[in-house]
Amino acid sequence: MGIVVVDVMLKSEILDPQGQAVAGALPRLGFNQFTDVRQGKRFVLTVEGEVTQQVLSAAREAAEKMLSNPVIEDVVSVRAEPRNAESHA
Amino acid sequence: MKIGVVTFPGSLDDHDARRAVRVAGGEPVTLWHGDDSLRHVDAVVLPGGFSYGDYLRAGAIARFAPVMSALIPAAKGGLPVLGICNGFQILCESHLLPGAMIQNDHRTFICRDQRLRVENATTAWTSEFAHGDEITIVLKNQDGQYVADQRTLDELEGESRVAFRYVVDGPDAPAPVRFDRFASRNPNGSYRDIAGVSNERGNVVGLMPHPEHAIEQGYGPSLDGLKFFTSVLKSVVNA
Repeated sequence: MGIVVVDVMLKSEILDPQGQAVAGALPRLGFNQFTDVRQGKRFVLTVEGEVTQQVLSAAREAAEKMLSNPVIEDVVSVRAEPRNAESHA
Repeated sequence: MKIGVVTFPGSLDDHDARRAVRVAGGEPVTLWHGDDSLRHVDAVVLPGGFSYGDYLRAGAIARFAPVMSALIPAAKGGLPVLGICNGFQILCESHLLPGAMIQNDHRTFICRDQRLRVENATTAWTSEFAHGDEITIVLKNQDGQYVADQRTLDELEGESRVAFRYVVDGPDAPAPVRFDRFASRNPNGSYRDIAGVSNERGNVVGLMPHPEHAIEQGYGPSLDGLKFFTSVLKSVVNA
């Protein structure tokens, strides 16, 4: 089983109301050092078998076509997740 | 005149939209998201609601529904299409209209009678208005902030494709307007106070507020919504 991780963020020039809500609440917990918060989306796509170049390019296409809206968002990264066994080794 | 109204999973205002079509003198036709046929209608309304729970982005999943594979080429070919609220979001996600909708800048759901100014009375859905008319219809949404890059906004303005703008009175307005929560700003943070836009040809129009809730005496803030539907009936006859 292979896993592809896609990260999507709102473009920097677009206001992020969710991030602002979080930024407004952090100081109440004593976290005063964070001057801004931007919140993004992570998609974890699972495939049977290995993450091949074809799988990665299909994930890139899905990211551009559906997982993000290019008018307001950027696809920040599309990458194969190391397999669990390896990452725990 | 047959006007189709699409029902997606999570559409809320499809019944009201069909009723508005009937009250205006048209014949409403129910269209189904999973059906890739437009059933020979003369125009289509994409109604308000929360298609697919607004998951991913408002309108993002509905945009790939089978009915859209018939609607997108038809709209590009000149079929009149009106997107209301979630329907507007779907039209933006489909790139039939420029820009995108994000969460209201004040982060709360809003439901209010909203004044708008008609900025383009030449589209298929606005021809019964006059340029500069002020109308009052219902606004109710969570993700109503219209955004686009500066170049797109300038292009929209230059080509008179801003169809509706929110009326913002300013802090010096007389009471009780002055005490309104949105006396000196638009109700969702939309760039340049834009409430609705059209495509180049004027057959595709999208707006956040709901004309279908302002068509009958005793219900809603006015009868201003009716003109959207009588406009398209007229434009279909003249086409």
